[in-house]
Amino acid sequence: MIIATLAFYLFAIVAVISALNVIFQRNPVHSVLWLILTFFNAAGLFVLLGAEFVAMILVVVYVGAVAVLFLFVVMMLDINITVIREGFLKYLWVGATIGVILLAELAVVFGGWVMSPDAQKLRTAPAPAPDALSNTEALGSLLYTNYAYLFQAAGLVLLVAMVGAIVLTLRRRPGVRKQNIHDQVNRRVQDTLEIVKVETGKGVS
Amino acid sequence: MSPETATVGVGLSHYLTVSAILFTIGIFGIFLNRKNLIVIMMSIELMLLAVNINLVAFSSFLNDLVGQVFTMLVLTVAAAEAAIGLAIVVVFYRNRRSIEVEDINTMKG
Repeated sequence: MIIATLAFYLFAIVAVISALNVIFQRNPVHSVLWLILTFFNAAGLFVLLGAEFVAMILVVVYVGAVAVLFLFVVMMLDINITVIREGFLKYLWVGATIGVILLAELAVVFGGWVMSPDAQKLRTAPAPAPDALSNTEALGSLLYTNYAYLFQAAGLVLLVAMVGAIVLTLRRRPGVRKQNIHDQVNRRVQDTLEIVKVETGKGVS
Repeated sequence: MSPETATVGVGLSHYLTVSAILFTIGIFGIFLNRKNLIVIMMSIELMLLAVNINLVAFSSFLNDLVGQVFTMLVLTVAAAEAAIGLAIVVVFYRNRRSIEVEDINTMKG
């Protein structure tokens, strides 16, 4: 129990510190690296909560895909770092005010909040005991039966995002020599090749 | 972990506090980094992560798996949002040579 508590505070504190570093870093590349650390610690929190599968998915999707995508784009764009900090103090006060107000509101909400005794009865899919069925198996059997449509909808969201990203970033530049397979295949012999009977002593004009 | 034993060590409110702090940091980051769209998108990712922590915490302490199912939906949407958003940023940078929020004014919104 004490180890779990210590692990919780370790993950939580490192996550908050690295999240603060994400927004305060001068260099966007460092921001992305701190974001990766935040995701790792959040995955640790998920493991502590007993949601191993979601934790691993978090690492794979966020660290493996999203953060690397951010890293690519940050390094691809040539951003002037000195310009980034202009007007920092002005926005600092606005942001701090709004952040403190929001945090106070959340504290009020969480302070006066108790779980309803009826909440246990309202569960849609009670989790099985961990020794009977592992988290991944339980989640899979739920996801592929009761929530199959949701699963398909998630796939559609990803498909639309993929098509959208490709359509947005694809550009045709003039003057680039590319292989055009359609033209190559459709060439006919008559268009390109001419057989000339050369008479002796006259040559081809 | 049942709710009775959970109150001894780390309770639900601990996780909710962490997620609230992360969400506030995300909002703070949006207001702070007006010169860099990419950091704003990272702040949005932080806020989505806070939402995910909330969902998983409630799912775990209520012993209800639906929260984790919805966490995976949120993850999918977050990945799609990041891909589309970064594509838009790249196209915008190609056209205007800048990713400052002040420069995004062609629609006069």
